Amino acid sequence: MGNILMIMFAAILTQNFIFSRFYGCCPFLGVSDRPSTALGMGMAVTFVMTLASAATWAVYRFLLAPFGLEYLKTIAFILVIATLVQFIEMFLRRYVPVLYSALGIYLPLITTNCAVLGAALVNIEEGYSFVESVVFGFSAAIGFTMAICVFAGVRERLNFADPPKAFRGFPLLLISAGLAAMAFSGFSGMKF
Amino acid sequence: MKKTIPQIFKEGILTNNPTFVQLLGMCPTLATTTSVTNALGMGVAVIAVLSFSNLFISLLRKIIPKQVRIASYIVIISGFVTAVELLIKAYFPAINKALGLFIPLIVVNCIILARAEAFASKNPPLASFCDGIATGIGFTLALVAIAFVRELLGSGGLFAGADGTGGVRILGDWYSPASIFLMPSGAFLTLGFLIAAVQKIRTSSEERERRRKLELDAIDGGYHEVLMRDPDTGKIVRRPHAEPVPAAPAPAEAETEKTEEEAKGGE
Repeated sequence: MGNILMIMFAAILTQNFIFSRFYGCCPFLGVSDRPSTALGMGMAVTFVMTLASAATWAVYRFLLAPFGLEYLKTIAFILVIATLVQFIEMFLRRYVPVLYSALGIYLPLITTNCAVLGAALVNIEEGYSFVESVVFGFSAAIGFTMAICVFAGVRERLNFADPPKAFRGFPLLLISAGLAAMAFSGFSGMKF
Repeated sequence: MKKTIPQIFKEGILTNNPTFVQLLGMCPTLATTTSVTNALGMGVAVIAVLSFSNLFISLLRKIIPKQVRIASYIVIISGFVTAVELLIKAYFPAINKALGLFIPLIVVNCIILARAEAFASKNPPLASFCDGIATGIGFTLALVAIAFVRELLGSGGLFAGADGTGGVRILGDWYSPASIFLMPSGAFLTLGFLIAAVQKIRTSSEERERRRKLELDAIDGGYHEVLMRDPDTGKIVRRPHAEPVPAAPAPAEAETEKTEEEAKGGE
């Protein structure tokens, strides 16, 4: 139990996917322009990442490892994730249209989100058990959602800022993300 | 419109640089630039994957059905990524340890998918291969530039090995290294300032170009001649710099006004 809590704490705060590991920076910088879209993306990622952690763990444990095919894990995992995203999309459209209308447009973007593949690979790298993998996938996604929502709030304020011309747009975003990352690094204690 | 090989290289490295101009592939850019050695390692891995995946996608571009092209590209790319990953593991274990999961994560690097979709799926193999190399070099140079700043300010030296030891001390003892540059927030800050610098250079060169044109237009009303190379014969010829301004740009203006009005009405 303590182990599970440690994994959750680390994945959400000290080893936050965006601010400390840099997984999933593209959607973080791309779809964080409004809190509502950020929350939608975060929820879609949480949904997919939890399921993908479970699926890739099973594929690795029961399909790749017994046959000594561990080196194929990158190819296998990206295919599993792509298929899973496709299935989730079809399932939601058919059975949970409310959720589909909320998350639908973000789902295709998730296949190429490195946070999902990153979580799957970290699970294998760390040798997590099934439960630990699912908990890690879920809490890393919660950390991602938290970061992207916090940052969307910051971005709404940035719209009213008047920076020098060269800093407009992307540079200003990166610098604010840097300041946010500085706050997050406080969780692990700064080493000088 | 076909592009020549030098044009492809100029675009990939400078005018359409994947990191500083297209702003793609931010995850590895932020994560692997803690030292120049790591940045070079990552850059070379991306050059290898990008050029070969471009080559093969271009070779197969007429066979791959349109509906499943993205999935096919990902399979091709992940095949090359696995090969590169195994090579690095075998011959450069220190680099492998320093870059960690970012080598397998090249699979989902947006630069590679973007080049496959935008270039390799429409162009012949040789041009696509060159485009892969050029874009890869552009990416590598950008990584090295970021890593140069981060490593120099963060440790006071340069060219430390992938295991973090060795390296040449550049700044003297008076400089106490600011390790914030080696931390995640330093990555965001450095990249932000570098992109701002690139934007500054781009806007000021555009501005210079615009002023020069305005000055020339003021002299002869847009009819001045310039020396340029004739695209067909290759000879230097005199050509009018600008076409005479068409007399009636009015319809376009009317249209934009209309849409603005519509937008207002909609609100």
